[in-house]
This record gives sequence, C-alpha cells and structure tokens, in this order.
Amino acid sequence: MPWEPILKGPRDRRVEPNLDSYEAVRAGFTWQQARGELEGLPDGRGLNIAFEAVDRHAAGPRARRVALRWLGKSGACRDITYDELQKLTSRFANVLASLGVEKGDRVFALMGRIPELYVAALGTLKNGSVFCPLFSAFGPEPIRSRMTIGTPKVLVTTELLYERKIAPMRDSLPFLEHVLLVGDGDSPTSVAGTHDLRQRMASASDRFVIPPTDPEDLALLHFTSGTTGKPKGAMHVHAAVVAHHITGKLALDLHPDDVFWCTADPGWVTGTSYGIIAPLTNGITSIIDEGDFDAARWYGIIEQQKVSVWYTAPTAIRMMMKVGVDATRDHDLSSLRFLASVGEPLNPEAVVWGREAFGLPFHDNWWQSETGGIMIANYASMEIRPGSMGRPLPGVEATIVDAAEDGSVRVIDEPGVQGELALRPGWPSMFRGYWNEPARYQKCFAGGWYLTGDLAKRDSDGWFWFVGRKDDVIKTSGHLIGPFEVESILMEHKAVAEAGVIGKPDPAAFEIIKAFVALRSGVKADDALRRELMAFARTRLGAAVAPKEIEFVPSLPKTRSGKIMRRLLKARELGLPEGDTSTLESNG
Amino acid sequence: MTADEIRLTVLRLLGNIAPEADPARLRPNVNLRDQLDIDSMDFLNFAISLHKEFRIEIPERDYPQLATIDGCVDYVQGNGSNGKGESDK
Repeated sequence: MPWEPILKGPRDRRVEPNLDSYEAVRAGFTWQQARGELEGLPDGRGLNIAFEAVDRHAAGPRARRVALRWLGKSGACRDITYDELQKLTSRFANVLASLGVEKGDRVFALMGRIPELYVAALGTLKNGSVFCPLFSAFGPEPIRSRMTIGTPKVLVTTELLYERKIAPMRDSLPFLEHVLLVGDGDSPTSVAGTHDLRQRMASASDRFVIPPTDPEDLALLHFTSGTTGKPKGAMHVHAAVVAHHITGKLALDLHPDDVFWCTADPGWVTGTSYGIIAPLTNGITSIIDEGDFDAARWYGIIEQQKVSVWYTAPTAIRMMMKVGVDATRDHDLSSLRFLASVGEPLNPEAVVWGREAFGLPFHDNWWQSETGGIMIANYASMEIRPGSMGRPLPGVEATIVDAAEDGSVRVIDEPGVQGELALRPGWPSMFRGYWNEPARYQKCFAGGWYLTGDLAKRDSDGWFWFVGRKDDVIKTSGHLIGPFEVESILMEHKAVAEAGVIGKPDPAAFEIIKAFVALRSGVKADDALRRELMAFARTRLGAAVAPKEIEFVPSLPKTRSGKIMRRLLKARELGLPEGDTSTLESNG
Repeated sequence: MTADEIRLTVLRLLGNIAPEADPARLRPNVNLRDQLDIDSMDFLNFAISLHKEFRIEIPERDYPQLATIDGCVDYVQGNGSNGKGESDK
C-alpha cells in the first residue's frame, strides 16, 4: 500500500461517533431496528418520507429549529424552521391536490437550488405523488428525453428556465398538464399556459393530512445513464427513507446539533438523498447554497454558518487544492468535525490534503442512483486507507464477482483480485425498477446479486477499492453521463457521419467528455466546423453534458456488427495497448 | 493594449469556450455564469486561456475577480500586462 493509513485520534472524535465500532455495530444491525428510529405515519397508516423529514419534527421539540438555511447567490439568506417547512410543504401538497394531481402521478422539477425546489420535493411526497428532479443546467434535449420517459403531469420550474428551455418544446410534451412557475421578480408571473406557484401557494391551506402511504409506494425517480439507449429512471419507494436516515447517521455521522452542508445539486441523486432527505430526517439544520463552486465563498459559508459536517465532491476538492491551502487560512473553519466526499473515487492526495487544509481527512464513500443511499464508506471511527471507498454499511452485503455473459456469477474470494462490485439485494433504498423498462432492470441482477457495473477489488481486511467502470459510462464532475446521449445529438448535425464519445481522464473533473467525429464525405474538417459542432451540442445538451473536446477522425473503429468501439478510442487517446481487436471491422 | 482591445480578446476567448453565445449580448458587469451556460470546467478553461493569451499568472484564488467581463479587463490591466499577447513574444 503506497499511502499510510490515516489513524483516528482524539481530534477526530470530538463527538463520539454514531458508529463507534464497525464490527460491533455491523454485527448487531438489522433494517427492522433502523426502521424503528423513524415514527411512521400516525395510526399505522404507513411510512412517508416527507412525514419523517418534516412533520414529525414540526410536531415535536425541534419545531422551531432551522431546517433549511438558504443562501442566495447574491447574499440573501432565508431560514425555514421545521414548523414553517411543514406549512409550506402542506401548501404545496394542497396546490397539487387542487390541480387533480394524484398518488403515483409524476411531478418534475427544473430549477436551481432555491427554496421552492425543496418545498416542491417534500410537498410532492406528502401528496403521494412521485418527485423527479432535473438538473437545471441540462439543455433542452436531456430535459425532453427524461420528460418523455417519465411523462410528468406537473413541471415546477422558474420563469427564466421555462422561457429558455420548456416553452419552445411544450407542444412535444402532451402529457404535461400543468406548469407551476416561480417568478423571477416579486410580481406574479403571467406566462401563457402556466400557473404562478407563489399565488397558488398563498391561497392554499397550510394544513394537509398525508394520505396512507405504503412503504412500497413509489416516491422518487432519479434518472441515470447507461452505455446504450436512453436515460433510465431509477425508481425509489418511501421505504428508502430508512436507508437515507440511518446512512446519514452512520456514514455521515450526523448528530442532533450538527449544521450539515451537502454541496450537491438535487438534480443528481446525492443532492436529494443527502441534500434534502437525510439531514431533515435527522432533525438537523441543512445549508443550501444557491451559488456555484467558489473556494473563498465556500470557506466563508463554513465559517459563518459554523458547518460541522460537510459532504462534497472530488472535483470541488481538487479545485480547492489548486486554489491552495493558504486560502483556508483566511477563515476560521474550526466548526468542521467530519468531511465526506462522493461522486468519483477520491484520490489519496485529496484525502490527505483535507488534513492539511482543515485538520481533518476526507472520508470517501460509494453509492449510485440505483442504491439510493451510501453503501460503502469510510467512517468517523475507522482508520482511512487513502484511495479506498471503505467498507460496506451495516446491513449491506458487498462482494466482488466475476459475472459472465451467460448470466452465471462467481464470487471472487481472493483478496486483491479485480471483478465487478456486487450487492446483495434487500436494503430499503434499493431501486425497484427502471421506469417502464423491466428488461433493463432484470439485467442488473444475476445469481442473487445486484451487479453495479463498477469494477473494484477487495483487500484482505475487507476494504473496497474502485478500479473503473465496466461499461462506457462517463464520470465527469460528479455526474454520470451516457455516451449514447451525446453521440445521438452530434449525429443530428448534417456534417456528421458518425460519432464516438468517451471520458478522457482529467485531473480536476476525473473525466471530461470527448467526442470523436467522422464527417460526411465532402465536408471539410476545420476549426469553424468544430466550433459550430460545439455550439450545436452545447445548445442542445447544455454545458454539463456537451463534449468539452471534439476531434475529427477519418472514421471510427467498429465491431463487425457495426458497434462503435469506444474502448479502443479511449485506448488510443491514452496511448495504451489497444487490446483484443479481433472483432474489429477495420483499423479505423 | 487598450481596455477595448483587451475586452475584444476576452470576448473572443469566451467565444471559444461557449461558441453558442452571442458576445454582443453579454452585459459587461453581470456575472458571466448568469448569462452564459458555462459550467465550472468551462470557467477553468476560460481562466487558463486568459493566462495563455495575456501571459499573466492567474492564481486560482483570483478566479472570483474574473466573474464578469469588466472584472476580466480590470484584472488583465491591473496585473502587469502591457498588452503583450502571445503574438508579441
């Protein structure tokens, strides 16, 4: 092991960790017991995420505590107590009910990190409807494809985003019955075909009784990407709150007096499970920053808000490293007690840098949209092996398998041998399906295991180490992007004959999206065309999904069946051996 | 190089990062990220291109000063650039 383990001392134990001994907690853990930490709807009417996150605290001693502290990008600050959040989310649920939105109906949100997003998420869950957040930086195409799959009855968005991205394609969304708009100014909006959300909220009652909710009722839809085909909507049920809550407690070590800041956007699963739900079920104060990454601003937030537990992402940590440790010295960051990271594997240098900059190491953890919550983690009480994703949560059984094409699965017991990371189904936040795609869901399971698509190793002491993706999905700036979604937009341009998209390793973003493009015959490959294609892709896909680099090539390497060999493109990009090319049609 | 020349160069560099944008419509004193669809990697690449073009060191901690077009022009002028672009080296 090239990096020395980071042992924990008294400084790391300013507060006694919830998971004080990994082995002991794991041995005594049951999901039934974890469920017992929640209240359940009154009179045995079931289990509802929003009740556990909001209503039960509003009815108890934490009613006046700040649930959400919102920091606007221009310096505004708004506190919402649990009591107020109960009323706001009840109003939102009543707005939905008044529009005839029922249990199981999908409510999509497309907005930045503004208070209404959080109210809409929890209010939708109260109403028994299904909430699906879309990343506000998506361009029109990723929005259209996800809406076409999930067919929402309601979209909650802002005036600006509506006019820019939705209005031009509204005609192609016939299932969309209602659009609730958050105005950009103080006066009510008057955009044709939409409702003004604030006006509707103001006239709705602030009392709402959550209807009976079966723990297996659908609650959330999180879109994720595969190598081929359209995005997949991972389905999560209300029972997932058991995992959100307990992983917040055990993996993020949330304690009742914590001020917690998850920097993720709810458009990605981390920003919902840990940016909305887990801190609230744990009854603590959650910081929401509307602004984008800016190291000095972030340190200012930690200092002023006295953030104690901070959950962020590798790209941000690596950017902070570039800014340098000096910038942290301008601030009193002594409120920090526990640091965690998720999104891509956190490199050992970044784990260790946390100690230099904040006096605390970063704790990497691992999970996916499909798992709904943290599955493998480094814990407050446990030594960190820098570069490792840690050990499975109590209640989670993880292993390394060799999964063959024929559906057979062999568990790899030998330590240090690479294979596919697999989880034993049964934890409460496991996805229950991909929306309308049972075949793709079935393909994720074999031999009694959920196959994650991630390649990993396990060392002889049970720590897991990430190796790479089994498929061609791209991990960039904490987001998972499917190459097919990018390729199919490039192919729509009249100059393009074919396109292959890969993740090119990048020191800050882990990978950036790079496109190889072969042009139609007679089209000249020049810089003007490259810019035109770049503009075309960015306009359709948005900056987060569009390629950062486009390279023209005479043709793309393909298999005999005509499939573009992205792995070969990547090997060439990296100057690696090209491996087995026996199925190649030509040498490209 | 005058402020106007620096401004034109800044707009050209922005155009390389976000070619879909119309530089004429950008307001010089409004945050670029509120006017353009650029993510943090785009911004990083923009800062790197300013560094290369104007041959000035831009430590990452100064990046917030580049948030607007006016900010970029002031930064370039105030940081010892006598306007010597790469073509003058």
